[in-house]
Amino acid sequence: MPNNILIVAETRDGAPRKVAFELVTVAKQLAQGMGGKIEVFAMGSNLASAAQALAQAGVSKVYVADDAALDASRFAPELHAAVLADAIRAAQPAVVLFGATGVGKEISARAAAKLDWGLVTDCTDAKFENGALVLTKPVYAGKAIATVKAKSLPAMVSVRPNIFPPVEANASAAPVEIVAVKMVNVRAKVAERVKKAETAVDLSEAKIVVSGGRGVRGPEGFEPLHALAKVLGAAVGASRAAVDAGWVDYGTQVGQTGKTVSPQLYIACGISGAIQHLAGMSSSKNIVAINKDPDAPIFKVADYGIAGDLFEVVPALTEELKKVMAEK
Amino acid sequence: MNAESTFSVVVLIKRVPDTETRIQVKDGKVNTEGISWVISPYDEYAVEEALRLQEKYGGKVTLLCLGSEDAKETIRKGLALGADDAVHLNDPAFEGGDAATTARALAAALKKMEYALVLAGKQAVDEDNAQVAIRVAELLDLPHVNAIIKLDLADDKKSARCVREVDGERDMMETSLPAIFTAQQGLNEPRYPSLKGIMGAKKKPIADWKAADLGLDPAHLGAAGAQIQVERYDPPAPRPPGKIIPGDPATAAKELVRLLREEAKVI
Ligand SMILES: Cc1cc2nc3c(=O)[nH]c(=O)nc-3n(C[C@H](O)[C@H](O)[C@H](O)COP(=O)(O)OP(=O)(O)OC[C@H]3O[C@@H](n4cnc5c(N)ncnc54)[C@H](O)[C@@H]3O)c2cc1C
Ligand SMILES: Nc1ncnc2c1ncn2[C@@H]1O[C@H](COP(=O)(O)O)[C@@H](O)[C@H]1O
Repeated sequence: MPNNILIVAETRDGAPRKVAFELVTVAKQLAQGMGGKIEVFAMGSNLASAAQALAQAGVSKVYVADDAALDASRFAPELHAAVLADAIRAAQPAVVLFGATGVGKEISARAAAKLDWGLVTDCTDAKFENGALVLTKPVYAGKAIATVKAKSLPAMVSVRPNIFPPVEANASAAPVEIVAVKMVNVRAKVAERVKKAETAVDLSEAKIVVSGGRGVRGPEGFEPLHALAKVLGAAVGASRAAVDAGWVDYGTQVGQTGKTVSPQLYIACGISGAIQHLAGMSSSKNIVAINKDPDAPIFKVADYGIAGDLFEVVPALTEELKKVMAEK
Repeated sequence: MNAESTFSVVVLIKRVPDTETRIQVKDGKVNTEGISWVISPYDEYAVEEALRLQEKYGGKVTLLCLGSEDAKETIRKGLALGADDAVHLNDPAFEGGDAATTARALAAALKKMEYALVLAGKQAVDEDNAQVAIRVAELLDLPHVNAIIKLDLADDKKSARCVREVDGERDMMETSLPAIFTAQQGLNEPRYPSLKGIMGAKKKPIADWKAADLGLDPAHLGAAGAQIQVERYDPPAPRPPGKIIPGDPATAAKELVRLLREEAKVI
């Protein structure tokens, strides 16, 4: 039986997304138990430099499907899933790894159905134990952790971004193989990309996230948060209360019905810490809560808390950081 | 689906624990006693969108749910919102499966049904799988559009334009119909059931379908057919108690920055 691991690397604007390098770390962990080679597949357009970067990530081979029709701005799930399934059939891996991003979850599901493979989404750990692929994933809004087993291989797994450290892409370059792209008839496709991700730092991959809730009181209330985020190079998120009030975009919502984030540092400002919010951020490495109510549930999960008015604390924090950063 | 047939929409709904409910995990299992159950929140958006389409175009809204007998109560909730009837895939053979076996059964059921389009949730909030509806689309060779926040049908109802939001990007997508759409928060604001709706739901038809009705081999369904199996559930590791940093805003901010640098080493 083949025992290779294939990483499906997403790219954005011609560069691999950070999660691709995190998946190499996951693949290495798996390879300790199952052996086999680690290979990478990327699809999109103008991928020459992305392929080079991936080739230096300490992998055996990079397959690239490079075609204008595969550009992210022309996303067509049927085509992307078909090209992906063709690549998987050709590479014959035992395990395929995806980043649990929106696109990663979508194309993995369609390709898994095409190939009739099992798929475990949004995992926080993946191991090979006693000959079996064993995954860990939070369920029930993070109120339980499921240990999941693939009864048979091959299988697909998507891994939550920011859980594993990325590898440095400085190994000697592995061969890059351009694979042929077979067009299929597509019925659903992007007609127009209405909005590109506006921030350089995507929420789900950001190292630091500053989030605001009902406590920020209005769209202007997010300004001090943006100022803090700027100093930290952070992305700005929000609770559902802030989103529902129309102060910020749906795309910024963190929580069970929004994005799942697991940054190194999550700063919750004026957020009470409802279970549905925690579902989206409780796997963050460090949590800071700023809330004027000392009994707010967010303090139960916070590593550091300041019980105070965010309109005083956040600017003070920004000032202090500016000072400290200037000293560095 | 010929032009004369009524405009029907099928909505895939799953019964899940209310996200507010307490989940007790013990001895590797989730204790389901005392849990309150609801239609998965994203599926509620899907039901709402179907009802709005019906208000516009007439026709019929049918719910399709795979689940144990207990799911009847959840199906009735959907009927109370205004759906016309339901199909309940209710057979022990369907239970204990994974996303693949669930999709297989739902797809087989849809093959026997009439629909102009299918609506589902982006993900069920129990296990956040985010794959069943997309798998169903592939199994039926239908196009899908994932995570929509807007849906408009063309006048001839042969195609649709929708807006979807994924990874911070917003796309206008087009598809021919029939197709499967998964709902994202922002699509609409789900209604509450009216008293009349709740009373009326008791009389609405729910068809129970078994594996045999779908011509499926039980070996490919439920626990028997699943490739993915949950071995155990554990409570999440408790986070060590945090520190509340005292002092006025400037003092507390200063101390926080020190701790983040020296203790947590994150900045
Ligand atoms: C099915 C379902 C799904 C949901 N999904 C999500 C989700 O994905 N994400 C999400 O976030 N929520 C979600 N929710 C909603 C969730 O239950 C909460 O209602 C929401 O998270 C509350 O947002 P909040 O903390 O901003 O507001 P509140 O709970 O109102 O808290 C505001 C906090 O701000 C503090 N505050 C006020 N003024 C100040 C000030 N000047 N300085 C400092 N602190 C101040 C208050 O003390 C309070 O603790 C969901 C709910 C349901 C039912
Ligand atoms: N047992 C089920 N019965 C009906 N629909 C389901 C079932 N499981 C999943 N679905 C549909 O598929 C969507 C995605 O589910 P999941 O892949 O489990 O996250 C849900 O929001 C439902 O619309």
